[in-house]
Amino acid sequence: MSSNKFINLLVPIISLLLGLIAGAIIMVGFGYNAVEGFKALWNGAFGDIYFIGETVRQITPYIFSGLAVAFAFRTGLFNIGVEGQVIVGWLAAVWVGVAFDLPMIVHLPLAIAAAAIAGAIWGFIPGLLKAKLRVHEVIVTIMLNYTALYIANHLVRNVITDKGDRTESISSSASLKSQWLMEFTQYSTMHMGIILALIAAVFMWFYLEKTTKGFELRAVGFNQHASKYAGMNVEKNIILAMVISGAFGGLAGAMEGLGTFGYMSVQSGFTNIGFDGIAVALLGGNTALGVVLAAGLFGSLKVGALNMPVAGVPTELVDIIVALIIFFVASGYIIRWFLSRMKRRENK
Amino acid sequence: MNLLEMLQTMIPPALFFAAPLIFTALGGVLSERSGVINIGLEGLMIMGAFVGVVFNLAFVDVFGDIWTPWVSILVAAFVSALFALLHAVASITFRADQVVSGVAINFLALGIGLFLVKQWYGKGQTDMVDAPFYTADIPVLSSIPVIGPIFFSNTYYTTWLAIVLAIVIYLIIFKTPFGLRLRSVGEHPMAADTLGINVVKMRYIAVMLSGFMGGLGGSIYALTIAMDFSHSTISGQGFMALAAMIFGKWHPLGAMGAALFFGFAQSLSVISATIPFLQDVPQVYLLIAPYVLTILALAGFIGRADAPKALGSPYIKGSR
Repeated sequence: MSSNKFINLLVPIISLLLGLIAGAIIMVGFGYNAVEGFKALWNGAFGDIYFIGETVRQITPYIFSGLAVAFAFRTGLFNIGVEGQVIVGWLAAVWVGVAFDLPMIVHLPLAIAAAAIAGAIWGFIPGLLKAKLRVHEVIVTIMLNYTALYIANHLVRNVITDKGDRTESISSSASLKSQWLMEFTQYSTMHMGIILALIAAVFMWFYLEKTTKGFELRAVGFNQHASKYAGMNVEKNIILAMVISGAFGGLAGAMEGLGTFGYMSVQSGFTNIGFDGIAVALLGGNTALGVVLAAGLFGSLKVGALNMPVAGVPTELVDIIVALIIFFVASGYIIRWFLSRMKRRENK
Repeated sequence: MNLLEMLQTMIPPALFFAAPLIFTALGGVLSERSGVINIGLEGLMIMGAFVGVVFNLAFVDVFGDIWTPWVSILVAAFVSALFALLHAVASITFRADQVVSGVAINFLALGIGLFLVKQWYGKGQTDMVDAPFYTADIPVLSSIPVIGPIFFSNTYYTTWLAIVLAIVIYLIIFKTPFGLRLRSVGEHPMAADTLGINVVKMRYIAVMLSGFMGGLGGSIYALTIAMDFSHSTISGQGFMALAAMIFGKWHPLGAMGAALFFGFAQSLSVISATIPFLQDVPQVYLLIAPYVLTILALAGFIGRADAPKALGSPYIKGSR
């Protein structure tokens, strides 16, 4: 058993290494200096306190969107709609942030709650349709992504502003930015959201692993028929899973609206936070801790990549590396097979 | 504006938007009928669009204005088929989680495409292609009264290729031994295996065919609608094709119907200015119409659809 656990831990690490090696091979193949490339990548993510701040800022929404996808997955649902939930959450948070003038202790929680509720509603729709009418959640969530995008753009342009391209900035009482953090990280865009993200991860772990409700959700994910036979309300659990998943997605939007940007502009396309969340969740094995680690990896690579042109390497290389890491993790079977063969040889 | 004129305004753009989705959704049908989930349709379209555009730019002098787009989509289709091989190896041979592998395909296609564009063109997007597809009147058919002007004039040959292929694939899947085998490995691979069908081979063929079709869809999108390749050339069309496939209940003609419906709904917001009763509708309603109508249609009268039974599970010989 303990060696099994060891291998489970080893597979993602080997995948990461293989991905980086593949990246190095590509760099060499195109005539770049791979050592310089990786040095630039590292410095871009962790080179000094400013870059660390930027990296943490990037990780924050990834944790939320990864948790959103993972939570639904654990109940056997594929929520491709996190993207849309991010957009409605972002919009709701900014709207509350702009429209009211309240003391911070009320305003900030209100704005965050608005984002969570907006996302939850956006998750409730596919949950309800899936539970009551057996409509495939994948289609409904894809459709709701576009719906969210167009409605949000319409509201920003015609309701919150007068034909403007972005809302006003939120009042400081609704902002997640902190003067202290900004000064500490040499004026990076890092904000307090990371604390909320970590709390959310702990919440997900506790809720799924330690409560009765969480047990039911996981049971439904494993086998709907058995859960039903055991007396669980499958329909209610499906809806609940999508609502919580959607709330996480909405909070990812709040991180952008209340933290990174402080406003919402008309979006020409998707934010990709939700789609990247799919990769984060899968990379993290759909567990809370895994999501935090995967979001960390993903965020560092994304931010670090921006510094790679220093070594002449196109930033897009990182997308290839990320994709290959996902491939290798997915193909864990072959890595396990290889490891067990090596072990057998050692025993001989 | 009379009814005929209105149909002439509405139908061609609907077909135009639907064509790439039809190709890609058909690819999805082939793959999933064999039991392999294909979330990677988006990535296969990206690869197709990338290859189609780059080949078109590079070889326009060799093949001339008329043949370049056709050769481009063919090359794109073959490259995407090879690219889909990655998904096949991971999900069939390495028994990877098919959803994860598909997501990786999406990331990888975009990464490779943008990396090479940066490498070859030194910027974030390619130049505009010189030899895209142009609208044409289809000979003979376009001179049929009433139907001719609505369906066959001012249209693209590729659109009709899509519709013909949908029918061909329907015939292949439901009327040939090959199709029966394809469906059987997707429903009950063990039973198929006992009857001597090579499950792994069938699934490899199906996934590569889905790559071929996705490549056609992506390159035709690029050479009729987008005209260049950048990070946003393909943004969500693959997922729309996925939705069309599920909407069409994993049936080639159903997927085509769903894609035509999406195409029609998408064209509404483009042509609304010229249609009298749509002129006063706020733009946002027309923009969200395709998506909301799809949800309503699914909830209202299409109801549930069952995926192929063995979808998503790798076939392991000897296991029950």
